[in-house]
Amino acid sequence: MAWHPVAEAEALSDDEVVGVKIAGKDIAVCRAGGEYFALGNVCTHQFALLSDGVIEDGCIECPIHQGRFDLKTGQPKGPPVSKAVDVYKVRVDGGRVMVELDEGSP
Amino acid sequence: MSAGRRIVIVGAAQAGARCAEALRAEGFAGRIVLVGDEKHLPYERPALSKAVLLGEAAPESTEVHPRAFYDEKSIELRLGVRAEAIATSAQRVLLSDGAWLTYDRLVLCTGSRARPLAGAPDLPGVHTLRTLDDCAALARALAPGARLVVIGGGFIGLEVASSAVKRGLAVAVVERQDSLLERVVPRAVAAQVERLHRLNGVDLHLGRGAQRILGQDRVTGVELQDGSVLPADLVVIGIGIVPNTELGEAAGARSEDGLVVDEYGRTTLANVWAAGDVTSHPNPILGRRVRLESWQNAQNQAIAVARNLVGQERRYAEVPWFWSDQFDANIQMYGLAGPGDAVAWRGDPAGGKAIGFAFAGGRLVFAVGFNMGGELRLARRLIETGAEVDAAALCDPARKLKDIVSAAAASAVAPAA
Ligand SMILES: Cc1cc2nc3c(=O)[nH]c(=O)nc-3n(C[C@H](O)[C@H](O)[C@H](O)COP(=O)(O)OP(=O)(O)OC[C@H]3O[C@@H](n4cnc5c(N)ncnc54)[C@H](O)[C@@H]3O)c2cc1C
Ligand code: FES
Repeated sequence: MAWHPVAEAEALSDDEVVGVKIAGKDIAVCRAGGEYFALGNVCTHQFALLSDGVIEDGCIECPIHQGRFDLKTGQPKGPPVSKAVDVYKVRVDGGRVMVELDEGSP
Repeated sequence: MSAGRRIVIVGAAQAGARCAEALRAEGFAGRIVLVGDEKHLPYERPALSKAVLLGEAAPESTEVHPRAFYDEKSIELRLGVRAEAIATSAQRVLLSDGAWLTYDRLVLCTGSRARPLAGAPDLPGVHTLRTLDDCAALARALAPGARLVVIGGGFIGLEVASSAVKRGLAVAVVERQDSLLERVVPRAVAAQVERLHRLNGVDLHLGRGAQRILGQDRVTGVELQDGSVLPADLVVIGIGIVPNTELGEAAGARSEDGLVVDEYGRTTLANVWAAGDVTSHPNPILGRRVRLESWQNAQNQAIAVARNLVGQERRYAEVPWFWSDQFDANIQMYGLAGPGDAVAWRGDPAGGKAIGFAFAGGRLVFAVGFNMGGELRLARRLIETGAEVDAAALCDPARKLKDIVSAAAASAVAPAA
């Protein structure tokens, strides 16, 4: 496990999301209610990047069919999505958003 | 109100499967039978003109659920079987295999079928596209270098055109109206779609319908109303759909371009409900009755009906949403607009990324995005709340859409003093 800088904390305001690719993984980094979250960026329904979607009510919503995932748990919130996305640990360090990744796993 | 013990759902596609799923999710513990005349597990159709037709996605990827789901949830599937008639007084449905199913509640999710072209011959090389089987047949026929004529410039026809160009065919589209997508979007939006197709080499023939499909043993061409002939190795007829209302109608349900249901999904027959493409339903946000042909409506009206069946009394009220993928454009739309509606743009549509807005009385009624999924989504709130919006601000790329939407929503809730 290792911490990776993914974004400047300043760069994200509430309800904003950016997509990053780190260690081969697509990750959506977002801010909601002053907190930062990091989730797998690829929708589990069909192909779409969640970072093109919107943050609302503690969820990130896919831009294609509006499948929603809980920001904290990655759990799907109903059709059409039924599979969770990964969630990653996040901390802010020296003005940077850091995400913890397990290098070993695919 | 209790849903009784036996719910029969006719039509085992998107709406039917979502209704059954939602019934279990809401705790309905009685018997659920899902009857469908296609032999496939319930599936979603959008990819049939896109990824599956292109061979980029497997047919199974369209399944609403894997087979095991239905076993786990005790949802009985009767596939490859048609519902032939409803005996409303006995509350029974007659199936094509001779069986009768008794119901306490019946849900009609019979959807729609491709509209036939009057007088079109049943020739090899002539296709329509509605089912997985249609898709498999068409995919096999899309040989690189072949000449395809698509009759009908609606969404499905245009998506087929796009997929066929990607597969290396020479494609022409014939549309009787002067504009593509005439029934569904403002002409200014259709003009952008037209540009997209011309740019990608589609040979468009607008303002002239197809008069005759030519060929003896297989199709050889299409004759247009002005007498000109487009040679063709393949023809796809995409001139819209017809809702499958007959089963309900024969039982006495009111039908006016779709089975008439209320905002809860009830037909005019006792204990008979309906959802999806087959319904004509009131949309409280738009303030009028609509019949929608969309993935969103198939899923969400079916879920709303399931909730109402278990007694929740919840109106189905959503801003209609539709998407289409053609060439490199993901086109999404909220709300409904007529062909003559004026469109104001945010961004330059010719640049491939833009949002178009249509207004009525200072309120946003329609928004279309080209490759702008996430941002467009913000416009939904504006249509939903019916807030007055400043069109100039919406079209100013220097202003964040998010801020305009929040401001409008705030003023709708608490008008400025
Ligand atoms: C090629 C294609 C592409 C599309 N692309 C998009 C898109 O990009 N975006 C979008 O929003 N929408 C799209 N749509 C529309 C969307 O797929 C439909 O709105 C949706 O399928 C409607 O679902 P439904 O369950 O109401 O009806 P249907 O999908 O029509 O299903 C009804 C089912 O009931 C069966 N049935 C009918 N009568 C009986 C009977 N008496 N007994 C037993 N079974 C019966 C039918 O055979 C069918 O299987 C597309 C449709 C097609 C065909
Ligand atoms: S691709 Fe994300 S919800 Fe369908």
